[in-house]
Amino acid sequence: MTSAPATPAITPAPKPAPNARFEFLLRLGDDRLVLGHRLAEWCGHGPILEEDIALSNVALDLLGQATMFLRLAGQAEGQGRDEDALAFFREALDFRNCQLAELPKGDFAFTIARQFLFDVYAVVTLDALSRSRDAEVAAVAAKSLKEAKYHVRHSGEWVLKLGDGTADSHARIQRAFDALWRYTPELFAADAIDAAMRDAGVGPDLPALRESWTALVRDVVHRATLTLPHDAPPIAGRNGRTGAHTEHLGHMLAEMQIVARSHPGATW
Amino acid sequence: MSSTITNQELVREHPAASGAVAEQAAALPKDEWPLWEVFTQSEQGAPHEHAGSLHAVDAGQALQNARDVYARRGGVISLWVVPGGAITASTPGDAGPFFDPGADKAYRHPQFYKVPRGVRGV
Repeated sequence: MTSAPATPAITPAPKPAPNARFEFLLRLGDDRLVLGHRLAEWCGHGPILEEDIALSNVALDLLGQATMFLRLAGQAEGQGRDEDALAFFREALDFRNCQLAELPKGDFAFTIARQFLFDVYAVVTLDALSRSRDAEVAAVAAKSLKEAKYHVRHSGEWVLKLGDGTADSHARIQRAFDALWRYTPELFAADAIDAAMRDAGVGPDLPALRESWTALVRDVVHRATLTLPHDAPPIAGRNGRTGAHTEHLGHMLAEMQIVARSHPGATW
Repeated sequence: MSSTITNQELVREHPAASGAVAEQAAALPKDEWPLWEVFTQSEQGAPHEHAGSLHAVDAGQALQNARDVYARRGGVISLWVVPGGAITASTPGDAGPFFDPGADKAYRHPQFYKVPRGVRGV
């Protein structure tokens, strides 16, 4: 055995220390970019004209929030990428949105249930973020919080109407909550990035917000004569926050990014 | 940082398992939701002006739809929604007797009267 040449050890390139503020802002921006795009898929397909406008309106609010958070993310990264570069020239693996946001829009009940779960999450997190020690984050959060409060009103009213409505609408939205519930623990699963941001007074204490979120969600869901499934364990290991996504995100990004990639730098 | 948000400010009162929505849904016409007329106010003290109409199942939803359809681009500080059926309107047949007599009597207008020189504050 002594004659065998020593195999050179393959040492992986040292990982650069993650830029926590960049990652943190990407998560906030990507949730809104991806969900905003999913909602925008309803444009022209809403159940009635008024609701078509309402959904597109929420979508535009989310895209506006994404623009602000991704702009800050680009500045935090310091590599010269602006919000458009981050939105249109990253691959699925580089997105940091929660998986809840990327699921296909489904039927109207599924869209409403997903939106309600996210809207309440947005309200409790933005409320906390509006008191962030980071003045830029606090300003964007305060502006977004006003919009998010209206979003909850919109989706919450629909949860009540569909849940306490006809047998068909009740069954559809119950099915939606049942299918979506397993994607909710991810929203509050804090990792080292979240801990660092929390310790710096920049980000919220995510696990601590879960209780307020659950209470708000449960209240409306029960008033809608619906039930919440039992808590499912969080998705083990990597999740959307670290770039692990469902198969749906890639297809969505292909559609979302094609124009910007086919005509780089185009303006209209 | 924690959250102090309550549902009181988010989603309107709705008693649990009331069947209120189902009851309401059963009473609705099957093919179309009721029509509402929307009035918007642009600034404090200004009149609420008719902006248009929309469909909604109840007053709360009408108010939200009005916000999205007529106030989403700003410039509105207050909204009224009124059930379309609550408005009694004049008919084209009324036009002659209702409106023509007002058109040819200049003395109905304050501008008809000359104000003596020296009167201020008119």
